[in-house]
Amino acid sequence: MDTTVANTGTEGKTWGGGNKPLKASYGKMMMWFFIVSDALTFSGFLAAYGFSRFKFIDSWPIADEVFTHIPFYHEPAPMIYVAFMTFVLIMSSVTMVLAVDAGHHMNKAKVTLYMFLTIIGGLIFVGSQAWEWGTFIKGDYGAVQTKGGNILQLVNTEGERVAISSIAIDAHGERVQHERKNGLWFVDEGTLPSYTVDEVYNGLVAHPDVLVRTQIINEEGEKTVLSREESLMQIKNNGKLVVEGANLKVNEYGTSLFADFFFFITGFHGFHVFSGVVINIIIFFNVILGTYERRNSYEMVEKVGLYWHFVDLVWVFVFTFFYLV
Amino acid sequence: MAHEHKLAIFRGTVKFKSNTQKIWGVLIFLTIVTAIEVVLGIYKPEFFMHTWMTPFEGGFLATLGNILFSPIIYMKPLNLIFIVLTIIKAYYITWDFMHMRDETKALRRMVVWTGVFLICYLVFILLQEGGYIESVYTNGFIKRDF
Repeated sequence: MDTTVANTGTEGKTWGGGNKPLKASYGKMMMWFFIVSDALTFSGFLAAYGFSRFKFIDSWPIADEVFTHIPFYHEPAPMIYVAFMTFVLIMSSVTMVLAVDAGHHMNKAKVTLYMFLTIIGGLIFVGSQAWEWGTFIKGDYGAVQTKGGNILQLVNTEGERVAISSIAIDAHGERVQHERKNGLWFVDEGTLPSYTVDEVYNGLVAHPDVLVRTQIINEEGEKTVLSREESLMQIKNNGKLVVEGANLKVNEYGTSLFADFFFFITGFHGFHVFSGVVINIIIFFNVILGTYERRNSYEMVEKVGLYWHFVDLVWVFVFTFFYLV
Repeated sequence: MAHEHKLAIFRGTVKFKSNTQKIWGVLIFLTIVTAIEVVLGIYKPEFFMHTWMTPFEGGFLATLGNILFSPIIYMKPLNLIFIVLTIIKAYYITWDFMHMRDETKALRRMVVWTGVFLICYLVFILLQEGGYIESVYTNGFIKRDF
């Protein structure tokens, strides 16, 4: 008497179970689905960036004027550094896929080497990004923020940028930073800017060849430069705060949303790269210890490789939408 | 199964002898595409800086035409080129580095179509609304620039 059902009568049939229609292991498939969801997160961020940019389409900062720095080289050169970063990341993607390929051939020495190179590439990328953040936060020319939150930058008659620090003239009577020890003990404020608007105004009066450039983009796709009278008037009437560099509140390059999105999107991507490096290091040690050799399969390398390529894939889009378009 | 790779790219025009060779080939291709992007980004040729078509004026057919030709009516050709090149790069990274080419058709479609559909939806909504708010700022009676 058969009380347990041992056979369902469906063995070997499509719905009999045990089929692997996707011919991929569970882990790999879940990595793919994770990547889909992560891709949606990133596209949410980039689409939000697009939303804000479309909202302020006539006054958005021009990326080529913001990201112009290269280490040890002092002329403005847009695109070069970020192109280098892109290449580093693509290159580390290549070494990753070579590691996966070596894993298929069960070649432990080669997997070790390529994993190592991938980690180095990732570290160079994260380091470059940190440097880029540093220069962005530090700023280079400074600007004056108006009461309405717009940014006024200074240019000379040739249209070249002029640094606030090079023209400002001491106006006396600036205020002292309010700290707990010299004012109300329960309130304090952040560091004051190195210059006041009055100092900038004095400097502007003393330098007849300096003009004010607003955020508004004109027909030629360049920022509008005001006439001399308008320049003086704008700084005098509307200038409120001298801004140097960028943070989450103010941004000398233009609308503060630009800096917010920059920090948020490249930061989130950089965090992905960082966690990718950490996971790569873990896998790297597992490879050295021979874990996958004993397991007789290097599939873990393949899975972490998928993640690593995804990080590269996201960068390709960040590169386009932040630096190119 | 997992160790077999399809070694042809560009719909079979370029065939490689081994997977390693294919990887280097794809790297060269991606580098060329990136170089084109960077060069265009630095020099910004005047030819690509203005839209090639102006929107059609008129009734229903004009609207239809505007939708149909929207990439070249509402976008600078340079930006269009960047976006197309980016998608090409994304394709080769996914297909050859992530080995999507070797996965089954079902897995490929699950991953790619889901993503593409949802992302298109998201991007459409947000960009559309961003443009709308811009139009309110420009044409409405809100003073925000002072």
